[in-house]
Amino acid sequence: MSGETVREIGKANLEVFAEITEELAGADPSLLVVTSDSRGSAGLSAFAARMPERMVEVGIAEQNLVGVAAGLAAGGRRVIAVSPASFLAARSLEQIKHDVCYSDRPVVLVGISAGVSYGALGSTHHSLHDFAALRGIHNITVVAPADNWETREALRAALAAGRPVYIRFGKKPLPDLPHRGAFSLGKGRIIREGSDGAFIATGETVWRALTAAEALAQTGASVAVVSMHTVKPLDAELVCALGRSVGAVVAVEEHSEHGGLGDACARVLLEAGLAPRYRVAAIPDEYTVTGSQDEILSHYGISASGLSQVMSALLSEG
Amino acid sequence: MTLDELKRKSLSYRRDILTFIYQAGAGHTGGSLSCIDIINVLYNAIMDIRPGNWESLQRDVYIQSKGHSVEALYVVLADLGFFDRSELRTGNRFQTRLIGHPTRKVPGVEHNTGGLGHGLSVSVGLALAAKLDKRSSRVFCLLGDGELSEGSNWEAAMSAAHYKLDNLTAVVDRNGLQITGATARVNDPEPLEDKWSAFGWAVRRTDGHDIAKLVQALGELPFAEGKPGVLIADTVKGRGISFIEGRVEWHHKVPSREQYELAMRELEVLS
Repeated sequence: MSGETVREIGKANLEVFAEITEELAGADPSLLVVTSDSRGSAGLSAFAARMPERMVEVGIAEQNLVGVAAGLAAGGRRVIAVSPASFLAARSLEQIKHDVCYSDRPVVLVGISAGVSYGALGSTHHSLHDFAALRGIHNITVVAPADNWETREALRAALAAGRPVYIRFGKKPLPDLPHRGAFSLGKGRIIREGSDGAFIATGETVWRALTAAEALAQTGASVAVVSMHTVKPLDAELVCALGRSVGAVVAVEEHSEHGGLGDACARVLLEAGLAPRYRVAAIPDEYTVTGSQDEILSHYGISASGLSQVMSALLSEG
Repeated sequence: MTLDELKRKSLSYRRDILTFIYQAGAGHTGGSLSCIDIINVLYNAIMDIRPGNWESLQRDVYIQSKGHSVEALYVVLADLGFFDRSELRTGNRFQTRLIGHPTRKVPGVEHNTGGLGHGLSVSVGLALAAKLDKRSSRVFCLLGDGELSEGSNWEAAMSAAHYKLDNLTAVVDRNGLQITGATARVNDPEPLEDKWSAFGWAVRRTDGHDIAKLVQALGELPFAEGKPGVLIADTVKGRGISFIEGRVEWHHKVPSREQYELAMRELEVLS
């Protein structure tokens, strides 16, 4: 589409995760990474070869993955447990609830190849339920970093937090976004200011929303973009500030339309007595069409052009 | 503690369990009475876990995977001084710490359990951390026999053998009953020795109510160098009370006043 900025593509968040994990392991001798035959998928093979004593492998057994991670944490170790987001947030959901969250063990759960990253592998491998499932569990922070920088910062912050944190990201290279200020779990990041409308986006939809906002600027619309990297606890203050300052809000997520960021923001706005024109751009309640991550997101309007259309329509209602 | 002292403890714990459940108006009577001799021997003769060393990573660790038999654990923890015995009267009451499954809110409880099939994986993690850090800490996990239908146990069993966790011991409270009926008819776990052995564990089997045999078996740990150990403890659900023993309806039945008094008299005669 015209007016779209050509962005420099960085690394995949997955690759950055492997780098930061090795860096953190170098700095903290107690750090262990637990995998369920997922070291290759997680890009951790080189790390595993260099620091084999930091890897715990449980095989294809996600329930055991999370239980063992909780036990290692109880035994005084810092622990990152890694598995595809789809399985981690479903197969081992009860272990996350009982053994990590309820028992309050500071395990960092990393869901790789999240959302529809697995593309044509199909719905068994898609995680469009993880925000909803984990939002309903007490004592866990849910994070979807938007770019390489947020991935690094989120992992550092999660380990420093000393409490249960879930971080999910995809595996496709993506652009780094403009950075201002420090990263803080639970605090959304304003990527672009705007006075007419706002995209509140999370994870790998943020750069798509930013591209849409830049295109909308060409048409005279001033649209803000927020990276709401922490889906829970939600930065209600920022959501409300946007709800007061703009007339149209679109929440964007690579997740089911049910139970994710869109629902969470709507509740916060309504409870604050704010009623901007509002839409959620998410995956509808169905098993998705077949395609790559890009093709699937575009099909459901979670692309720069799809998002700018939604925002344009919403702004024109006003 | 001598064998006689341990036997007296078991009787006293049985009284405490019945009193707890009677006062609370809720509890898992049958299962608590089947595993109490095991928990007694573990805490009073085998494991190094006391209020005084609770904060130490060197001490032993106990995970009760069959969390529903929590009354048996509470009465032992109170006896060891983890909290005051008077608190046992608050069981199941509004805002009590002593809820119907173990929680870390209660001093002396290591891990929150209640959903079945969780404890062994957590125990594997604890035992592995001790091995990696070259600590002498040993990990003990109490499993129910009905609970063994949960596949997660067997995921954990595989990894315990893979990591050669001879500092990990599972004890199976083989009382033969679960809420629906006989475990053999619901989903038969036998042959248990063959199953654990095939998964790479060193297996022993004994009478789970014979204090001397429990002390002897658990005193011989590790059962084999480089292998996790499992003790299959053959028990009787509701053991010690004639009208509760072996009766499936007592899985979580609460005694009436008459039944409670009768049960306490039966235990009095035994002492």
